[in-house]
Parts: sequence; C-alpha cells; structure tokens
Amino acid sequence: MVAYADSIAPRRAIALRVRGWLWVALIASCILSLTTGATGVTLWDALVALLTPAELPLSSKVVLWDIRLPRMLMAMVVGASLAVSGAVMQGLFRNPLADPGIVGVSAGAGTGAVVAIVLGGAMPFAALGPWLVPVAAAAGAWATIMVLYLIATRRGVTAIATLLLAGIAIAALAGALSGVLIYAADDTQLRDLTFWGLGSLAGATWTKLLAAGPLMLAGLACARPLARGLNGLALGEAAAHHIGLPVQRLKRLAILSTAAATGAAVAVSGGIGFVGIVVPHLLRLISGPDHEELLPNAALMGASLLLLADLISRVIVAPAELPIGIVTATLGGPFFLWLLLRGRTFGGL
Amino acid sequence: MLIANDIHVRLGHKEILRGVTTSFAPAQVSVIVGPNGSGKTTLLRALTAELPCAGQITLNGHDIRATPAWKLAAIRAVLPQSTVLTFPFTVAEVVRLGQMGGIGAGGPDRTVEALNRVGLQSYGERFYSDLSGGEQQRVQLARVLLQVWRPVGPDGSPRWLILDEPVSSLDIGHQLMVMQIARDFADQGGGVVAVMHDLNLSAMFADHMVLMRNGRIAVQGLVREVLVDHHLSAAYGCGLRVGVTPPEQPLFVLPQAALTED
Repeated sequence: MVAYADSIAPRRAIALRVRGWLWVALIASCILSLTTGATGVTLWDALVALLTPAELPLSSKVVLWDIRLPRMLMAMVVGASLAVSGAVMQGLFRNPLADPGIVGVSAGAGTGAVVAIVLGGAMPFAALGPWLVPVAAAAGAWATIMVLYLIATRRGVTAIATLLLAGIAIAALAGALSGVLIYAADDTQLRDLTFWGLGSLAGATWTKLLAAGPLMLAGLACARPLARGLNGLALGEAAAHHIGLPVQRLKRLAILSTAAATGAAVAVSGGIGFVGIVVPHLLRLISGPDHEELLPNAALMGASLLLLADLISRVIVAPAELPIGIVTATLGGPFFLWLLLRGRTFGGL
Repeated sequence: MLIANDIHVRLGHKEILRGVTTSFAPAQVSVIVGPNGSGKTTLLRALTAELPCAGQITLNGHDIRATPAWKLAAIRAVLPQSTVLTFPFTVAEVVRLGQMGGIGAGGPDRTVEALNRVGLQSYGERFYSDLSGGEQQRVQLARVLLQVWRPVGPDGSPRWLILDEPVSSLDIGHQLMVMQIARDFADQGGGVVAVMHDLNLSAMFADHMVLMRNGRIAVQGLVREVLVDHHLSAAYGCGLRVGVTPPEQPLFVLPQAALTED
C-alpha cells in the first residue's frame, strides 16, 4: 500500500518544481525584455539604470526608465491577471472553457472602456482621471460576469452550452454598444479608441501602470485566498456548502476578483486572447488542478508568457510592432484546437 | 437529534413536500423510502439546507438555516447521488476535500484509511473521472466519512451521515459493504439518514423507517411497523408482500406477482 506522504508527493512536488522553473523563466524574460529593442542597452546598463540612474547617458535612461520598465511591469501584471482570471473563472463555472475572452467578459470590459473614453468627459466620474478607464472596464467586466452567471447557472449547475451562447450574445451586444459610441465619438476620442483597441502594451506609461496596476493587483490578491474554496467548488455548489464553504461569499469574491483583474487588464492592453485558457490548462496537465498550486503558478506563467509575447511583437517586424494580441492568438489558437482534439479534457461538454 | 417540523417545499408551481414532520435519532440508521417522485430526495435536500423550505429544521439543536456552513460541516456530512468532476483530480485529492483544510491539509492524514474503509485502498493516485460510477460513489463516501470521522464529537454530541441513495450504483457486495459502514457509524453513536430504494437492504440494516407518498409521510416508525403489506402496497401502488420472519431476522419484501407464481 502506498503511504500518504508518497501518494500526494508527486503532484505537489511537481507543482513546486514547476514554480521554481517559472521564477527562472520570469527573471530571464524580464532581463530579455529590458535589454532587447531598437536601442542597444546591455544588462549592465539596465542594472546601472535601476540602481544609480544618474551615471547613465540620458537616452538610455529614458529608454529604460520611461519606456521599457513600465512596459515590462505592465506585461507582467497583465499576463498574471489574465492567466489567474482564467483559472478562477474556470473554477467558478466548473468548466475548462470559461475564459474572459471566450465568454464575453473581455468584450464587456471593452465596452466599459469605450463608454469611459467617449462619455468620460461628460460623466460625473471625470474626477477619476486616469483611473476612469480601468474602473469603467472593470465595471463592464463585472456586469458581464453577473449576467452570465444568472443566465447559465440553475441550482448550482452551470450549463456550459448556455454559458458559451450567452457569452456570444453578450459579446455581440457589447460590440454593438461600443459601435454606437464609436460612431458618436469625436476625432480625439476616435484616436484614443484606436490606440486602445490595437491591443498592445506599446502605450504603457507609469501613469497607466499606476492607474490600472493596483486594480489588477487587488484582483490577484483577492484570488489567492479563493484557492481552497475553488477546490471544494469542483464538487458542485451544494457539496461545497456541505463541506463547510461559504459558497455565496466565495462566488461573489471570485466574480469581483476576475472583474477587477480582467477589466483593468483589458483597459490598458485591449483584448489579449488565450492567455487565460492556455496557461491554466497547461499547468493542470503538468501538475494537476489543485488551485492552491495552480493560481500562483498561473500568475508566474502568465507574466512570463506575456513578456515573451510582447518581446516577439517588438522584434519580429522591427522597427515596426505587431499588436501583441496577434502573437498570443497565433500561439494560443493552435493550442486551443489541440485541446479540443484531445476531447476527454472537456468532460461534460 | 435531527428534527423537521412542518416542512413545505415548492418548486415552481408544484408543492413537492406538503407538511412533513419527523425526527431522526442518533445511534440509529434511519431510511427514507417511497416511490419515485414521492419527495424522498427533496426531503433530504431540505434537511441539508440545500433547498429553501418553509418550516423549521434543527440539527443537534441548531437551526440549520441560521448556522454557518463550516459549523454544520463539522457535525454532518452529505453524500450526493452522484458527483461529476470536470477537472482531473485524483482519488486521493477528492477524498482529502472532506478534510477541513482542503487538498493540501497537514495534520494526521486519514485519506488512506478512508479509502480502505470503502475498499479502494490502491486507488489513491488514479484519476477520479476514469473510475466507474460505483467506484466514484465509494470515493465520495470515503470523502464524506473523512469529514465526520468520529461518529461522536468531542462534546459528546452525535455526528451525522446523510446519504442520498448511497447504494444505487453499486453491486450487491458493495451494497452490503456500504450499508455495514452506515450501520457501524450508528452503532458507535452517530446518526445516519439515508434515502433508499431497496426495501430489503433497508430492512436488514435500518432501525427507523419513513415511508413517503405524494409529498407527505405515509407511515413512519420502527422498520417492523412500516414494512407491512398494506402500507407498502398503498404507497407503491402495486402488490407487495412482506415475508414474516422471527424477530431476530430481518424482514424481506417480495413483489406479489413473484409470490403468486409459486
């Protein structure tokens, strides 16, 4: 008979080893991200710039401090947000297909952002300043998840077909609403919208990072204590209640967490697809579905993945830039199809 | 005690339970029987606060709707009819969900012991979704047993196993095994309430029986008081005969048609 300690050790040990490698990957990606680009900056320059900025030529300092560093941090926090939101939504809906991009949550967030950009000046919240767009996007994401949950969940069971169809309908409605607003927008707003809609991290600035970063970090911080509850929720809502979990509170917190993280991520980066579905899936395949391991690993992997995708988008057609959404879709699309072909992963669908 | 007082449950326009009053004592195996659609499972789901209902339900003196989930979880565990998992959890991970603290909980681990009890000792590392329905049901039973490991709490109050058709997908050998687990739990002072279809198994293992019909209790009491020809025939709408046995042996129930063929 296998003793207990041996019996769980493999998956936990693998998850911990994976975490180690993900840290290495993240640090390597950060270094690459800081030192790659049109202006040649060495690793040494980067270190000098970070520690004693005064000793560096102004041009390198500007490149590092004002362009690459905020962009690197933005990629990390957006990647972590998208990956963790995906994992949390999949746990909440008990379905591996739930991803903010697929079920229309990103579209809802996008509409929130468009509303803020077009009507922002006229709204009483204009005082929110740079926070307006991320907060509006988070509100859009929150409303979408609530509607999805109300439509697709009956007596604690989420019907996946209903979820996906409702997601499509909501995305279409959100798109229509955005379209009306874009039609009504003036020239300056149109320019803002276009930049935003490109789905790129190119516009990452300290201001944007400070506006959206805290919202994403708050979403991530809320997600971490959900891990145990999401494990229990895998049994279904009724059974989760029977093993002692505060199911309603858990669901509310999960929805708020994903709304804040996805909403703010969409607000600063446009629609970056597939990170939320590819990362949690890959990790489940490697080290199992235990959310206590999955969520931290997803944050690390999402951050690295987006850093690398951003890097590819910067260098592949240099000196121009490919929108990062294209890179993640090119990587994620085939992976998603492969998952579908594997079949059994989808259980009830 | 698990006490239900004048329970009404409505689903849509239909009233599924129409004034059910009953009580279940610890140290006994109580079974709820009755034909399909008589409200057995609905009663069980009301007793576990899974369904909203009118009336009052108390468990060891706690109003179950005013008691937080974690507190209820410490005194009663509930086995659902079946559980489908979407994610690739292993058997050991599923069982460990029954332990406060979750999959990675520290402290003394009884996962292996719980799996032994249900005869799945070597299954810990297999994927739950690869198992047959009957094996999955036993894994869930192991999880439920782990949740209320000792039938009596440290303060001397009984703990409860609430089982929804625990043997419906099992072969006859495992049916006996599972019923014996329930019997042992009750013999050690815990309470067991189970929805059952099999009247003969119920007769073998239960002390107390509640016979449901049309959302009401038709008869309740000791097994020998409920398992009576005319009660059963009226409730199930078919000819049923209870075989008469000496008091120390369990009763058995045979369909009338089978008897007349002899």
